[in-house]
Amino acid sequence: MIRSEILREIAPILRDQLVVCNIGLPSQELHMIDDQPTNFYMLGTMGLSSSIGLGLALSQDKTVISIDGDGSVLTNLGTLPTIANNVADNYILLIIDNGSYGSTGDQPTYAGMKTSLTAVAKACGCENVVECQDVDTGKVLQAALDSKKMTIIVSKCDSGNIKLPVITKDPVVIRDRFMTAVVS
Amino acid sequence: MSISKKIVDDLVANDVSFITTVPCKQLAGVIEEVEERDEIFHIPANKEDEGMGLCAGAWMGGKRPAIIMQNTAIGVTINTLATLTQFYRMPLPMLISYRGELREPVACQVEMAVHTKALLNQLNIPTYHFHKESDADELDAILKYTFMCNKPVAILTDASFWGGYGDQ
Repeated sequence: MIRSEILREIAPILRDQLVVCNIGLPSQELHMIDDQPTNFYMLGTMGLSSSIGLGLALSQDKTVISIDGDGSVLTNLGTLPTIANNVADNYILLIIDNGSYGSTGDQPTYAGMKTSLTAVAKACGCENVVECQDVDTGKVLQAALDSKKMTIIVSKCDSGNIKLPVITKDPVVIRDRFMTAVVS
Repeated sequence: MSISKKIVDDLVANDVSFITTVPCKQLAGVIEEVEERDEIFHIPANKEDEGMGLCAGAWMGGKRPAIIMQNTAIGVTINTLATLTQFYRMPLPMLISYRGELREPVACQVEMAVHTKALLNQLNIPTYHFHKESDADELDAILKYTFMCNKPVAILTDASFWGGYGDQ
């Protein structure tokens, strides 16, 4: 499966949660598949999806899912020790690991070579780290939600993209709609 | 009252309850004070752009955030300030130690000091420079201004403000 197929499959699970979605194609795909006020789309700032999601989870009670990519986590690797040491049981980090920088033309990442983000997350002190195959992502995500424990999921999938338009919504509109959903 | 305590009192009085920090020798007293306060959730960050991401999430979650960092971080965070904090119009008070100013013992710090105000100016970030201890009297108004206009605001605090580096 490629990332967009995973997002399509887990969209019914995501719909009821606060979602912070990574820059580029992941946000464009989620926006096209199932746009919800509870989705915060990143239009820039590669690497910070996990940090924004953690800050949000630590500041209110609803469950937050950060959707990130292997390339973006590598960009902001310092996020994993921060997550490990500031446990928020309403926080799930879903790393869709296709071993490539999808939005920029599928250049390979080190996560697709020798580096295991699962092992890195564990070494950083994250306690519930689950690596799964693409087809099992929905099942693993639902189990993480049910566990009510902070969980890092590394979903290994194929590299590949679909053609789709950029998000033209104004960022302040995205943010205001999201903040209204957070408190509703 | 110590200046560190006064600064943190102003933050608490303005309902700032989520503070991320990347340490600096000059800011050690403030960071210690932040850590001690029950009203504040203190979350050290490994890099300042990561910290700004945490602050963005905290603000969307209903908390007033702040970041405490060195001026060298302006070089690290320009993209985040432009594409996250400013693009989505979010407030962020930045309490910054202004290294490389008068009384600075480390030459390399001057290399970023000479760019600091120019970069902040280029980013249209409202910037205040605390040089004397009494300059901190404005902090309360600066914090109110930040959360009124939903912008990142820089508060540069130099070595003279902190009373120098002691004997050298």
